[in-house]
Amino acid sequence: MTQFVVEDLERTLSPFRGDASAILRALHEVQGEFGFVPDSALDVIAKTCNVSRAEVYGVFTFYSDFRSTPPAACVVKVCVAEACQANGSREVVADLKAQGYDVHTGKAVDGIQVEQAFCLGNCVLGPAAFVNGQPVGRASAATLLEAAREVTAL
Amino acid sequence: MKVYVPCDSAALSVGADAVAVAITNAASSKGLDITVVRNGSRGMLWLEPLVEVETLSGRVGYSNVSVADVSALIDSGMLDGAQLPSSIGIVDEHEWLTRQNRVTFARVGISDPQCISDYESLGGWAGLRKALSMTSDAVVAEVTESGLRGRGGAGFPAGIKWKTVLNAVAEQKYICCNADEGDSGTFADRMLMEGDPFTLIEGTVIAGIAVGATRGYIYIRSEYPHAIAAMNTAIAKATENGFLGDNVDGSGKAFHLEVRVGAGSYVCGEETAMLESLEGKRGTVRTKPPLPALVGLFGKPTVINNVMTLAAVPMVLAQGSAAYQALGHEKSRGTQVFQLAGNIKQGGIVEIDFGITLGDLVDGFGAGTRTGKPIKTVQIGGPLGAYVGTEAWPTPMAYESLAATGAMLGHGGVVVFDDSINMAAQARFAMEFCAEESCGKCTPCRIGSTRGVEVIDRIVSGDEQSKNLELLEDLCEVMTDGSLCAMGGLTPLPVLSALKLFPADFNIVSGGK
Repeated sequence: MTQFVVEDLERTLSPFRGDASAILRALHEVQGEFGFVPDSALDVIAKTCNVSRAEVYGVFTFYSDFRSTPPAACVVKVCVAEACQANGSREVVADLKAQGYDVHTGKAVDGIQVEQAFCLGNCVLGPAAFVNGQPVGRASAATLLEAAREVTAL
Repeated sequence: MKVYVPCDSAALSVGADAVAVAITNAASSKGLDITVVRNGSRGMLWLEPLVEVETLSGRVGYSNVSVADVSALIDSGMLDGAQLPSSIGIVDEHEWLTRQNRVTFARVGISDPQCISDYESLGGWAGLRKALSMTSDAVVAEVTESGLRGRGGAGFPAGIKWKTVLNAVAEQKYICCNADEGDSGTFADRMLMEGDPFTLIEGTVIAGIAVGATRGYIYIRSEYPHAIAAMNTAIAKATENGFLGDNVDGSGKAFHLEVRVGAGSYVCGEETAMLESLEGKRGTVRTKPPLPALVGLFGKPTVINNVMTLAAVPMVLAQGSAAYQALGHEKSRGTQVFQLAGNIKQGGIVEIDFGITLGDLVDGFGAGTRTGKPIKTVQIGGPLGAYVGTEAWPTPMAYESLAATGAMLGHGGVVVFDDSINMAAQARFAMEFCAEESCGKCTPCRIGSTRGVEVIDRIVSGDEQSKNLELLEDLCEVMTDGSLCAMGGLTPLPVLSALKLFPADFNIVSGGK
């Protein structure tokens, strides 16, 4: 688990002090800082925003972006929605799975984690993906893993 | 000399950044003096990266340029606009563009989207300045008379919504721009935010001035990092230049605008779920009434409009409602920014008057499938839209004419599939997607979607097929009638349309039902 100094995080989140409407922004802030949301950060957010831990936990679990554990060195997001299905995303997902990368579990293998996304807004040049935030069009399992290995090799 | 390489994220996905660098480096090593401008995309996405070179006769385009090609292209005279195998001629004269009527997208792809002086020289801020010279009532009346309807999908008249908020008495009102463009097959909001962000800012400010709102939020999905960055940069520039802040363009009127970022929830594109999310909460749907126009963000009167709606507003004001009203089909006025996506040869942005037929869009503009196989079906209006076959080709693309056929326009996305697609898998996916993304408030949506997956599986495997078909229809009826929002309410649309059009894909045995 990432260790952090509570006071440091409180300082980072200080613009949200007393603002119950800032829970989502605070979660983004924490994940931006650590790559995930450490469990103990939920308490800091609750205290900062002056809401219960349960409220923060409720928001944290509602949104699929938030992670409770650190991401792999490289996160690949593959679009599995209709426009990419029309361009063969099901095959990409199956090929990735055959190589050990399951979009449903998102289990990391050799520092690479593949997850599904529902539409990345690149619906003509599909199958669409992001490799650590970099858009990739006309993706195949091979091109994605190649791009991901370039990231993990850094 | 100027060379244009798009910065749109679709272009980036096929290597535009590296191409821009390669062109800069190659030109400098050959001692050529060029300026590389990162423009938005023209929307001819199948040609990306589309490099344009400024010549005396206009901008000449070179399609699908890769880093490996750059040096040879320059040696062959690309920078002089030479006729080469990859050249598409003068881009502005390309038939795909000349057939369109770019109103909302007029500036997208022309220049550097973050250049605020280019924006002004291309007609920007004219609508805002006009609005600032008018009374609130007159601005709202102008929008009402233009016939502009909500582009998010519901098609509610924008002016009537604005009027409701204008007439509401409150110490604070809000404008919320819905940029949670989660429908697969839609990318117009993204391209506009990346390719002409000041237009959206201008439209949002006009809405604020018109209804008396001093604060606005643009709610952008987290899957759009480039659009988020583009809007944040543009908002900072607009603020610096006095188009946002306490004194909008010297008018003494205030309008503050901020970006808010979603976190991977499709249902947050539903307007009341978006309000909850903007308040930092779980994105669960609210009951209506009360209407958000009266009790919206933080309980205050709120205009919620889609990106495409707000981005149409500057033109409505600048050129007058009559000019906008003159375009369109029946009750669908103006232009629609269609998005041709999926397995399509020529996919991208087609902005044209409402009323173009589906067939003309898909075959005329789209030129059929990319794989060259026959088209089996198209899905119109996102994951909650109906699948239709080629028998729907003559349907005019407009709100009422599509609704009359049991389909819906939605956000204007058209996703094309060739004959290799299995429609039972698509129907199953629609239910799966609903199960994944349901906010959980309404039982038919939350649980019905999971049951729907199971029932479809039983039908396909031939397990008590006629009983399960009846059950599926019953389930769909409950979801349609018993869900608060479109998530549960419209999921049956793709499911039942797929079943009706392609029963064989569900292994329906004839006489089974």
